[in-house]
Amino acid sequence: MTDTLTPVLTDNWDADRAWTLASYEERGGYAALDKAFAMTPDAVIDTVKDSGLRGRGGAGFPTGMKWGFIPQDNPRPKYLVVNADESEPGTCKDIPLMMASPHTLVEGVIVSSYAIRANTAFIYVRGEVLHVIRRLQRAVQEAYLAGHLGKNIHGSGYDLDLIVHAGAGAYICGEETALLEGLEGRRGQPRLRPPFPAVAGLYASPTVINNVESIASVPSIITNGAAWFAGMGTEKSNGFGIFSLSGHVTNPGQYEAPLGITLRELIDLAGGMREGHELKFWTPGGSSTPLLTPEHLDVPLDFESVGAAGSMLGTRALQLFDETTCVVRAVLRWTEFYKHESCGKCTPCREGTWWLTQTMARLEKGQGDEGDLDLLLDQCDNILGRSFCALGDGATSPISSSIQHFRDEYLAHLTHGGCPFDPAASTAFAPVGAPA
Amino acid sequence: MSHQPNGADGLERAGLGEKTWAEMREIADRYPEKRSGLLPMLHLVQSVEGRITPEGIEACAEILGISAAEVNGVATFYTMYKRKPVGDYHVGVCTNTLCAVMGGDLIFERLKDHLDVGNDETTEDGKITLEHVECNAACDYAPVMMVNWEFMDNQTPESAVQVVDDLRAGREVHSTRGPRLCTWREAERVLAGFPDDRADEGPAAGPASLAGLAVAREKGWTAGADRSATESSGAKGESK
Repeated sequence: MTDTLTPVLTDNWDADRAWTLASYEERGGYAALDKAFAMTPDAVIDTVKDSGLRGRGGAGFPTGMKWGFIPQDNPRPKYLVVNADESEPGTCKDIPLMMASPHTLVEGVIVSSYAIRANTAFIYVRGEVLHVIRRLQRAVQEAYLAGHLGKNIHGSGYDLDLIVHAGAGAYICGEETALLEGLEGRRGQPRLRPPFPAVAGLYASPTVINNVESIASVPSIITNGAAWFAGMGTEKSNGFGIFSLSGHVTNPGQYEAPLGITLRELIDLAGGMREGHELKFWTPGGSSTPLLTPEHLDVPLDFESVGAAGSMLGTRALQLFDETTCVVRAVLRWTEFYKHESCGKCTPCREGTWWLTQTMARLEKGQGDEGDLDLLLDQCDNILGRSFCALGDGATSPISSSIQHFRDEYLAHLTHGGCPFDPAASTAFAPVGAPA
Repeated sequence: MSHQPNGADGLERAGLGEKTWAEMREIADRYPEKRSGLLPMLHLVQSVEGRITPEGIEACAEILGISAAEVNGVATFYTMYKRKPVGDYHVGVCTNTLCAVMGGDLIFERLKDHLDVGNDETTEDGKITLEHVECNAACDYAPVMMVNWEFMDNQTPESAVQVVDDLRAGREVHSTRGPRLCTWREAERVLAGFPDDRADEGPAAGPASLAGLAVAREKGWTAGADRSATESSGAKGESK
């Protein structure tokens, strides 16, 4: 029987100076290297495949399978790129991981690079997290000095260089091909696929791009075995993941649990919703995943179940909003975000997010009419699935799901001639028990 | 390096200085292909010039062997690159949905009023540039404010005003889970890949980051064969 919470990646975050090599090694850190080097690279890939690890950056693609797509007969260099551009609204797991235990990621990078036979790896970290970047820089430096990086690592004959690369502010660079453009020193605009990065990624060479949490999970799988990992979670969503609770909950924060835990359980562990209030709506995996409501509290938070409930597990970014929150205001703000972050390459997204914002803003001010709801849905229909990447798709999720669940609240803005909510009541510093 | 000595010398004299040129070349040389250095090189330009300048763009173009228009195209794409001079402290208030709802909107309004500046404007004393920013991956600490891209967690309008007042008065301010705040130019230098000595300052994690771990510790919950368990069984991990 698996415990309700299963700290693995978060397990050393409360250790003294957890970010240092000394602290990490004291707890057995970097031992996965020797175990991996004693295996063939293909055996490492097979272990990760057998574990059932699926990408933790949102899409849930099987990590081992992605590694297996690298054409080893391609004579060009192979690259591993860690996507540390954590920017999806609500998502806040990779940043604390890299702040508290950057060596977990570095160790994962080494094992993963060995598996795909890369001799150069990159961590593309968003630029807006200065102290996280400091800790990564220091961890990489320490790892080189200790012989975990560089030439002939641990006497294995395997060489690896790891470069920490700071971005410069662009949500779109979390999209893997836009990230590659950024890493190549260009505007971060997504590429048309195929070819997929596994065939022609960074510098047109075979490239694996994985999320921080995916790569950080690898050392524990090598150390404890695929069966250990696969023994947690649900049938098709194996293992553990960090669930990030934010918003109107008593103890927001990071909760590492087997996939399949429910929001009801998580809220209970987090001390309940803030006193005197109740859950109104939530995102299961960031703002690009359709909103859910209290009727979905018992949905197992795994890829399949959240999909069946009409949303997506995404990054397990559980943003919780109570009854003081205006859903129209919330959705308008997300819509403005997507408009701001659209890279401008594809017309449906560039123009569509602009029009969505116009229509949403009018409704929020109570100036539209009921037909605008149909207009919004029509606009969504003309954006969804029509661009190179999923940014435009993500922009439609909060709109269509909020109209589905909260149509009356949109109409209330029209009858009220504006927003019927007091924004002060939803703040963290509102008096306890303040009415909506 | 294939730059033309005459042109480069002229540009080096024009402002950035020899040291910066050398460091920009050093950045480009970190990568298998030099152009990958462009983003950090632009961060370095900002650390020296306080913004992206025409001289900085020319220098990047010269070193990378691409056109100034290509560099400009990149510099205008990313929001951290600024065309106007930035103050000593860039104050970014998250007004994405969750932080906005939790108080970010009120904090931003209060700071605009208190500092008498609009969005993306700098106070007359050149100390503070105020901007509203998008989600900065600290939602469990909402509402969040960033100062020179350091976390200022769980803010209120009052605490935010206190921070900017302290900064303007030259008092030392610490990130809520990080080090002493440095200036924006110093921060940009770290982003360019030239570390300062502050990595060991601040805690490993803030309280919200540890919320789940605290519950697990209290209940005795583990993931089974975790590393310490493996170690105690003597299987591995003793070698370090």
